[in-house]
Order: sequence, then C-alpha cells, then structure tokens
Amino acid sequence: MATLVSHPDEVRIVSKRFGQGATKIDRYLELDGYKAVRKALGMQPDAIINEVKNSGLRGRGGAGFNTGLKWSFVPKQSVKPKYILCNGDESEPGTCKDRLIFEEDPHSVIEGVIIAGLAVGASSGYIYIRGEYRYLLEIMQKAIADAYAKGFLGKNIFGSGRDFEVYWHGGAGAYEVGEESALMESLEGKRGVPRIRPPFPAVVGLWGGPTVINNAETLASVPPIILAGAEWFANLGTPKNGGTRLFCLSGHVNKPGVYELPMGYNLKKMIYEVGGGIPNGRKLKAVVPGGSSCPLLTAEEIDLPMDFDTLMKAGSMLGSGGVVMVDDSTCMVKFALRIMKFYQHESCGWCIPCREGTDWLDKTLTRFHSGGGIRKDIDNIQYLSENMLGRTFCPLGDAAALPTISIVKKFRKEFEDHLEGRPCPFEKKGTVEQLPVFA
Amino acid sequence: MRFSDQFEQRFTEMLTHYPTKRSVLVPTLLYAQDEVGFLSEEVIAEIASRLDLTELDVRNVISYYSMLTTKPRGKFNVQVCRNISCLLRGADELIEHCEKKLGIGHKGTTPDGLFSFEHVECIGACSWAPAVQVNYDFHENLTTETMDRVLDEYRKKVQ
Ligand SMILES: Cc1cc2nc3c(=O)[nH]c(=O)nc-3n(C[C@H](O)[C@H](O)[C@H](O)COP(=O)(O)O)c2cc1C
Ligand code: FES
Repeated sequence: MATLVSHPDEVRIVSKRFGQGATKIDRYLELDGYKAVRKALGMQPDAIINEVKNSGLRGRGGAGFNTGLKWSFVPKQSVKPKYILCNGDESEPGTCKDRLIFEEDPHSVIEGVIIAGLAVGASSGYIYIRGEYRYLLEIMQKAIADAYAKGFLGKNIFGSGRDFEVYWHGGAGAYEVGEESALMESLEGKRGVPRIRPPFPAVVGLWGGPTVINNAETLASVPPIILAGAEWFANLGTPKNGGTRLFCLSGHVNKPGVYELPMGYNLKKMIYEVGGGIPNGRKLKAVVPGGSSCPLLTAEEIDLPMDFDTLMKAGSMLGSGGVVMVDDSTCMVKFALRIMKFYQHESCGWCIPCREGTDWLDKTLTRFHSGGGIRKDIDNIQYLSENMLGRTFCPLGDAAALPTISIVKKFRKEFEDHLEGRPCPFEKKGTVEQLPVFA
Repeated sequence: MRFSDQFEQRFTEMLTHYPTKRSVLVPTLLYAQDEVGFLSEEVIAEIASRLDLTELDVRNVISYYSMLTTKPRGKFNVQVCRNISCLLRGADELIEHCEKKLGIGHKGTTPDGLFSFEHVECIGACSWAPAVQVNYDFHENLTTETMDRVLDEYRKKVQ
C-alpha cells in the first residue's frame, strides 16, 4: 500500500480524506461525503457546468483542458445515451496519484462522476481502472456496491426522481489505453487503438453516444467546487489554473511522495523544500515536470510556477503531475533511451510514424548509448522525432518525440561524449556493451 | 469448461453493465487468466462462444494487452518496473539481482514453475521506487536485500 507523506505547504482538497478511513461509506459521509451531489441535484445543469468552468479546473490527466468547457460541448439533446467515463488507467511514467485517490477516497470519484452526469444529462458512468491496480478495482467495486445499497446510485438517487448508474471496468495492461479514444475502444472490448477526431468524444463517444472523459483526479476535484464554489477554487491557484493538484515527486529527491500543492507552486521550492532536495550531495541536472511525455527542464530552468500556461511558455508541459528529478550522475543518453524504449513498447502500431519512428529511435539510441554512435545520429534522432510530431491519430507519437527532442537539444554534449566508440562516461567501467556500428 | 462460481457471478453481472456483450471481454479475459493461469485454447474458445465472437477476435485483443498471456507463467510472476523513476532509484541493479537469484531472464520461468520474471513499464509506484509487482501485490522502496526477503516469503507460501 502506498505510503502517505505531508508538508506544511500542502493544501488538502482532493487528499483531505486520505488516511482517514474514507473508503468506508459511513466514514465518507461523516467527512462531508455525498453532500455535493445532494447540492448538485438542486442545481440547473448549466449552473453546474458554469461553476466548474469558472473554477478554472483543468484536466489532471495531462492535457489540461478546462473541465467545465469540455462538459459544455456535450449536446443537450441526444438520441443516443450519454456517458461519463472516468479515466483511471494511470500509466504515464512518473505518475502515481490516481492510485492514492482510489485507495484512500474512492467515493469522491463516484461523486464526481454523478455530478458530471447531472451536468451533461448522462445517466450512467464507467470507472475504468488499469489492470495492474487489482486491489484498487476491488476497493472501487465495494465502494460502488455500498453507494447502491444506500440509494445513492441506481433508481431515484437520494429520492430525487433521477436515476444514475455507475459501473466499474478493469483494464489488462496498456499505456495507450489511457488515451481517451483508445480508452473507449478498450471499454468496448477491442484493441486500444485511437479513433480519429473529429468527431470528439463529447459528441460521438462510447457506443456512439456523447461521452465526457475525465481523469480520476479531475472528477475528485469536482465535489469540493460544488460545495465551496468556483471562486474559492479559482483563488487557490493562478489565473486560469484553479485549485490544487497532486504532484508526484520521484527520482533523485530526498522525500519522494505525492503532495497536494496549489496550482502555480514554484518548482524550485517543490524540489528543495517539499521534496527536501537532491540526495547524496549531488546536484540536480534535469527535471521531468509532468510525466515522461513532457520536455525536460534543466536545473537552470526550474524557478517557475507550476501551472499549465507557464510550463507551456517554458517549452514544456505540466502534464499529469509526475515530477521526476534527475541528478548529475545520470547519463542523459541512457535516460532518453529508456524513455524511447517505453514508447516503442507502448506504441499501438496503428499509425506508421509512431510505430516506425519509435522503433528506429529505440534502435539508434541503443546503438548510440552502447558506443556505436556516429555523429550523424545526433541530428537523425532529432529529425526522426520531429517528423513524428503531429502526424499521428493520438498524441503518443508526440509523447515520444517531445522529451527526446528536449534531451538532444539541452544535453547535446552528452551525446557527443558518447561518440567514436567511447564507452558511456556515466557507466561503471567494463559494463559497456560494444555493438557494431552501422549507418 | 468450468470456471469458479465467483467468476460466473461476476461475468453475469458484467454483462448487465454495457449495451454490447463484447464490452466485457477485456476484464473477463483477465479474470479467466487468473483462474486458469493463462489463456489456453480452451479458454479462448469458451469466451469467444459466450460473447458471439470469433476466436480470432479474442486472440487479437489478447495480443494487445501486456498482462494477458497465452503461455503459462510461474505461480508467482515477478514484475520489476524498469521505467524512469525506478531506473533512477536502482531498477537495473534490482533486475540484475533478481535474474541472478532466480536464474532466469525477461519472460523466463524457473524449472519448478514457482517463479516467472518480467521487466515491466511504470506500474504507478513511482514515488515509492524501485517497485515490483508479484502477481497483483505491490512491493515498494526495495533494495536487493528486501527483494530477497520478498522472494523468500513467496517461496515459503508453497512449503
Ligand atoms: C498516450 C496517452 C496516454 C494517456 N494516458 C492517460 C492516463 O493514463 N490517464 C488519464 O487520465 N489521461 C491520460 N491521457 C489523457 C487522455 O487522453 C485525456 O486527455 C484525459 O483522460 C482527459 O481527462 P482530463 O481532461 O480530466 O484530464 C493520455 C493521453 C495519451 C495521448
Ligand atoms: S516508474 Fe516505476 S513505478 Fe512508475
């Protein structure tokens, strides 16, 4: 079971019930549970959407789209049933926060799903949890059953005359399935390959019906907004970036863990104060600011507020909240290789630029790191990556290309240090594999 | 082909979750695999016929998902995360250690069928790295010493 940490700068909203036994429905009720749904049942759908829109809540799954705005795209009238789909596939390397929500506060997700349903006029929702998280699926199954037993789900919820069903769904191992359109394919019992957009899921989604897809943390942030109001939430963060988010600190940091901090919290402070700095007297070299798909920041670039717009301006992304610290003992070529191996493994093979691009990049980086690199490879790595950008059905190709491009640009010297058959300067002597050079 | 009562109960319940039968496929395959150990010819045929799919449809789906397998694994499937957060905190050493200790490599199984071994991608334990999953159980903040203890615990379970 994941261990909990704390820091005085934390503002606990999504994590306020962590460590308090809130998986039990009665305990959840004592801690203000299901109050937000009761309130939302008395609100007009548009009022709910506006509240969420004005709160500045933006998608915690990675793309950071305004949640209320996303909900507003769902057509009011629809012949086909509408659906809410909670994305609990959490597989972006560096990200381990939805896990804590499912483990510590599963009812907050259910509540978020119901409120989203009331807002867009859906009467059922699915909570998709990655296959590896079996124990969390079991926690969620129990939470859903308990909510039904209390009359919070099913027919006539809370005696309101409205019906709402929530179903659990388990995955079976695939990063790509976290991508919203692949997620729907997977839920429909197919290979998780992406769908072309438009049409967007808000218009044509699950089984052709309008579908809202939100990350688990996004949905868990909704009940507090309904209870305490958009303004309160918006004021916690920076302009257009409302609230708090769960930041997962990992890698070379003294106090790794998941911390809930206001949006716009300074990254440098996050690393050195909340995270306690870099271990073993080493120096920070780079930071992955929001999961492995994000361009890396160098140690000189970290004095900035962590919100979606600032990170975008800094040439990176706030992503999924996975903040990974990399110290100066790390070989950046190896780091780039490891990231590429992941995307090569996870590419679903549907689009050629992604399938072939990640494979060639993996091969080139493997050879390069092993001492078989030639000068031309460095530009080739960049060229191949740039040619994946924007040329795929889903952003997995971009996710592979962006960090790679940033590593080549920002740590080019480390690539040059691997040239001419020289062994990796960071590797222990004698462990370097010598592969033949080919060009 | 007989599955446990719990499987049947869950299967029947899941069919009521969706407007199409096929939607139960992915979770059903994983639950079936948990009971049989792998997705045998027989399991595939059974599930295909229950869901009005061809066996090819089912195989196509199986080959996509990394947790699904058509080959038997060890009783305890040791999955070591090799992704970035774990890498930075010693995943390579942990992998090397396990391979030596178990005498098998990636996707190998020990001759007694007790352990199989896999390198896997991020399992959502990044802040508690390096992390390993044995079947569905998480083991986190590992060192080579604590890893040995974990393996010994599993070994003891069958004695
Ligand atoms: C390759 C890929 C993997 C993704 N994985 C996840 C994931 O595991 N969880 C998640 O919530 N979003 C993931 N996303 C983002 C989703 O496509 C989608 O934007 C998100 O679930 C929307 O919810 P939000 O607006 O609440 O963030 C992924 C996207 C891509 C391209
Ligand atoms: S990187 Fe190993 S669990 Fe996420």
